[in-house]
Amino acid sequence: MAIMSFIFVFFFLSSLQPILSLYEDQVGLMDWHQQYIGKVKQAVFHTHKTGRKRVVASTEQNIIATLDLRRGEIFWRHVLGPNDVVDGIDIALGKYVITLSSGGSILRAWNLPDGQMVWESSLHGPKHSKSLLITTNLIIEKDNVLIVFSNGRLNAVSCIDGEVLWKRDFEEESLEVQQVIQPAGSGFIYVVGFAASSQFEMYKINAKNGELLKHESTVFSGRFSGEVSLVSSETVVALDSTGSILLTISFHNGKISSQQTPVSNLLEDSPGLAVIIHSSITGIFAIKTDAATIFIRVIGEGKLEVVEKTNHETVVSDALSISEGQQAFALVQHAGSNIHLTVKPAHNWDSNLLKERIKMDQQRGFVHKVFINNYIRTDRSHGFRALIVMEDHSLLLLQQGAIVWSREDGLASIIDVTTSELPVEKAGVSVAKVELNLFEWLKGHVLKLKGTLMLATPEDIAAIQYMRLKSSEKSKMTRDHNGFRKLLIALTRAGKLFALHTGDGRIVWSNLLQSLHKSESCRQPIGLNLYQWQVPHHHALDENPSVLVVGRCGPSSDALGVLSLVDSYTGKEFSSLCLVHSVAQVIPLPYTDSTEQRLHLLIDADKHAHLYPKTPEAIDIFQSEFSNVYWYSVDDDNGIIKGYALKTKCSGIVADEFCFDSRELWSIVLPSESEKIITTATRKLNEAVHTQAKLIADQEVMYKYISSNLLFVATVAPKASGEIGSVTPEESWLVVYLIDTVTGRVLHRMTHHGSQGPVQAVLSENWVVYHYFNLRAHRYEMSVIEIYDQSRADNKDVWKLVVGNHNLTSPVSSYSRAEVITKSQSYFFTHSLKAIAVTLTVKGITSKQLLIGTIGDQVLALDKRFLDPRRSVNPTQAEREEGIIPLTDSLPIIPQSYITHSLRVEGLQSIITVAAKLESTTLVFAHGLDLFFTHYAPSRTYDSLTEDFSYALLLITIVALVAAIFVTWILSQRKELQDRWR
Amino acid sequence: MEKGKGVMGAGRRWAVDFSDNSTAPSSRDIPDPPGFTRASVDQDDSAVSRQKNDAEANWKAQKAWEVAQAPFKNLLMMGFMMWMAGSTVHLFSIGITFSALWQPISALQGVGKVFEPYKDNKVDLLGPKLLFIALNLGGLALGVWKLNTLGLLPTHASDWVSSLSPAQEVEYSGGGIPL
Repeated sequence: MAIMSFIFVFFFLSSLQPILSLYEDQVGLMDWHQQYIGKVKQAVFHTHKTGRKRVVASTEQNIIATLDLRRGEIFWRHVLGPNDVVDGIDIALGKYVITLSSGGSILRAWNLPDGQMVWESSLHGPKHSKSLLITTNLIIEKDNVLIVFSNGRLNAVSCIDGEVLWKRDFEEESLEVQQVIQPAGSGFIYVVGFAASSQFEMYKINAKNGELLKHESTVFSGRFSGEVSLVSSETVVALDSTGSILLTISFHNGKISSQQTPVSNLLEDSPGLAVIIHSSITGIFAIKTDAATIFIRVIGEGKLEVVEKTNHETVVSDALSISEGQQAFALVQHAGSNIHLTVKPAHNWDSNLLKERIKMDQQRGFVHKVFINNYIRTDRSHGFRALIVMEDHSLLLLQQGAIVWSREDGLASIIDVTTSELPVEKAGVSVAKVELNLFEWLKGHVLKLKGTLMLATPEDIAAIQYMRLKSSEKSKMTRDHNGFRKLLIALTRAGKLFALHTGDGRIVWSNLLQSLHKSESCRQPIGLNLYQWQVPHHHALDENPSVLVVGRCGPSSDALGVLSLVDSYTGKEFSSLCLVHSVAQVIPLPYTDSTEQRLHLLIDADKHAHLYPKTPEAIDIFQSEFSNVYWYSVDDDNGIIKGYALKTKCSGIVADEFCFDSRELWSIVLPSESEKIITTATRKLNEAVHTQAKLIADQEVMYKYISSNLLFVATVAPKASGEIGSVTPEESWLVVYLIDTVTGRVLHRMTHHGSQGPVQAVLSENWVVYHYFNLRAHRYEMSVIEIYDQSRADNKDVWKLVVGNHNLTSPVSSYSRAEVITKSQSYFFTHSLKAIAVTLTVKGITSKQLLIGTIGDQVLALDKRFLDPRRSVNPTQAEREEGIIPLTDSLPIIPQSYITHSLRVEGLQSIITVAAKLESTTLVFAHGLDLFFTHYAPSRTYDSLTEDFSYALLLITIVALVAAIFVTWILSQRKELQDRWR
Repeated sequence: MEKGKGVMGAGRRWAVDFSDNSTAPSSRDIPDPPGFTRASVDQDDSAVSRQKNDAEANWKAQKAWEVAQAPFKNLLMMGFMMWMAGSTVHLFSIGITFSALWQPISALQGVGKVFEPYKDNKVDLLGPKLLFIALNLGGLALGVWKLNTLGLLPTHASDWVSSLSPAQEVEYSGGGIPL
């Protein structure tokens, strides 16, 4: 008996923490990981030395990366913090990557081959200014020198160890340094800039010791604006603030001389406001007007001459010195579906070193940046390769008139993600190109069987692993039985829509949305959100599903809205609308029309509600539910939460039957001196809840308060809304609310004294879990609140329940004021969080797990049972049986439950969970700079055989058993006959 | 037994009847040996036989009562086993409970068979049968009670609401922080 109870306890304990880790050979079977770097801001080639050719790039997402020039793969990559903006990169001594970041205050050197940091030095100065990084050939005391201008101070830094050799401050209050020039081979540095916007200043500094050699200044009648363009080591070109007069300033031998040329003199037609394009080509600069890009050559004494006027979108690269005293630069122009890449020598505009025409995918938009590099061909002529950055943030390498490789780096800045089903497999429609034939199928199974029976050679094992990873089953373009194959539709910051296949992460289609493209009516379009517009599944199966993209013309909240409908199968934009009202909120309603188009309510800045789609059928459906539709808005700046109902038609000038006025029903005004809203959370619309009852020990029942109109709001003291540690525990508190958004009733309010944000929260079923910082304990904490409906608890009569004579499933109204009770508990947690989500299954039967995006950019799964307010230090036997874990002060982090296993999702932003058709499984997609996708079964795959289940072994076993039965039967017959004859 | 069935099937061509036909007078071809009287076997002394029959009937009745009381011991044994098994659901307790349920049921099914050997027109089997049934029903009740203590009977409200889907909501509200 003792042994038995021991075994029982052992099994019980071992079932408490199901280990959901992977085996090594299961990595990559169901998960994929993609790495991106974002939109490239600056690129430097490294092709001089023998060995691997590479390009170093810094991006707008604050990444420094080196890419393989042959294939575009990442060699190494460093993600600097969100505040550590890269100002400049360069390569020094042929082995160090130098980066200047954080507003010019941090200078770092990284080892080029492996990306290890060699040194770091912080540069501070008297005031904020432009940051400039210049590598030179100067040598001071055997050290190669970098010249860095940042924060109003000029520094000479040793390349070897980052030591500051000398520094010089430019403290003049109004001085804006524009350029720092180190003429090659000379021992001095020019620092040029504007003082008080109308004075040109030039400082000549000894490069060896930072001594000021000369200071000159000239006053101009006008004011300067924008950038200056360097046309030689002693001449700059600037524009005045009206954008109509060009100033050519030369400071040869320390003497400033200048020349003013009105832009209208150069161009016949009035060009309007012009701006200088940043370039560094000797003798040539470019200005851009509304209509054209104009290249102007400087001839001798400040004389200007227009060399070319291009009307297309034209991009120019920096100058590249290809041989002694010779510079080249690249121009990229668009012509229909082609782009023209031209490389010209700086001294002679009319000759071309290279002219290529490359066919370009229309879905990439315009070229935004170009970087060139040269190589010597076998016939000793110069060849050029160009790295171009497109409008959709993709990166392409062009060489010899072809695209060598391309990277879809737009995926590093995903704004919103939704999913779509794939087409149903139909007879006669061949969708899988790589169907396995029977022989291959058999061969595969024989191999698998060998693996199971441990007869496989290492080559066989490798073949089995390859087969598992490259299974054509998972990347088919049709719906599967388990619902694992879907399309992930992602909207990126560049306004491009991508559809990724969940099987292998490949891009099925992409579309640079025309409606989110700059146009006359929409100057600064930005994409906001994605919604599922049409999900056909019952009676409209012949229709393709579609997604709704909501955008806005401009950053302000009252800018006009843009809607676009995109077919999920093909990626074609079949409808786009420029709205006549703004978009403040989009509310998908729980009603669909006969073609399964979901009704959406768009709320504009004037609190009018607009119904979409604008069809008579939609309005009919909406009218029947009209009195039951409410909406609310959370004004986090003023701390006001307001609820509205819809009134009759808009009282506007234009009769619009799809527009409705709102009537304010309730408002919750939080005192602005003590509370500031920092986070809200609601339940996911598509979350399925299996049951309303929660069974607890001793056959008791608690009824969950399940409402989709539940809003979680977290507020902190206004003082404590800053960084952690900026306030004392006494001045800081965190208040959480649970609010019913129909009636405005506060269901629960709780204060955590001495706690502070940031708060990450997730609301699901009848519970909310949130994460915050406890200043008193100096630790992060997670709390759980569960909310139960006490007014249902008296449904205890078994006979009534047996015959179904109860009102538990009849529709409920929020106005019935259910009596609720809440239970809550808090625990310490080690990590700070970047995102939090909860697993989602199709029927909501499977137990839930929290998916936590840790500060280390990994996704950790944490069983919800650890966050159960009914945990106690010594649970009773009945509670233990129920699965209640003894209370501990902190939540455990089980290393095996990192679902990203060894990978990192750099810059993790959000975790998206989608239910598969298989009840046990959730599809998890985490995105940031990287993308990661996997299947996750919170309670293991109890409803399907594992992937490595050997069907061949099963078949063979059955066949063998049947054969054995026959053989033994025959043998027994024979023996019996012999016995009888005896 | 059954093994011979295959051979003695419908398709037999010939058969040798080895059975003893000596008692069937019709097939008696051979006369009885001298001194052998068949009548002495067939006819019995009536007084002796009546006595014998009475004793047998008594013995049968006694035996029938014994058999009828047998489940009582079983009941005690079962009770002890159940007490040993405890009230948590695991393999041991489930096994015990189900055997406690199965034994009375199978015994009740075979009531006729159990009392078959004691069947006699002189013996009243109704009493023993009723006792037997009552004791087995007691055993069954014990099993059901055990099942209930294990929580396997749907006698609580929780058993009926555990898969009750959530109530539908009348109102719908959406919104949040403006985009």
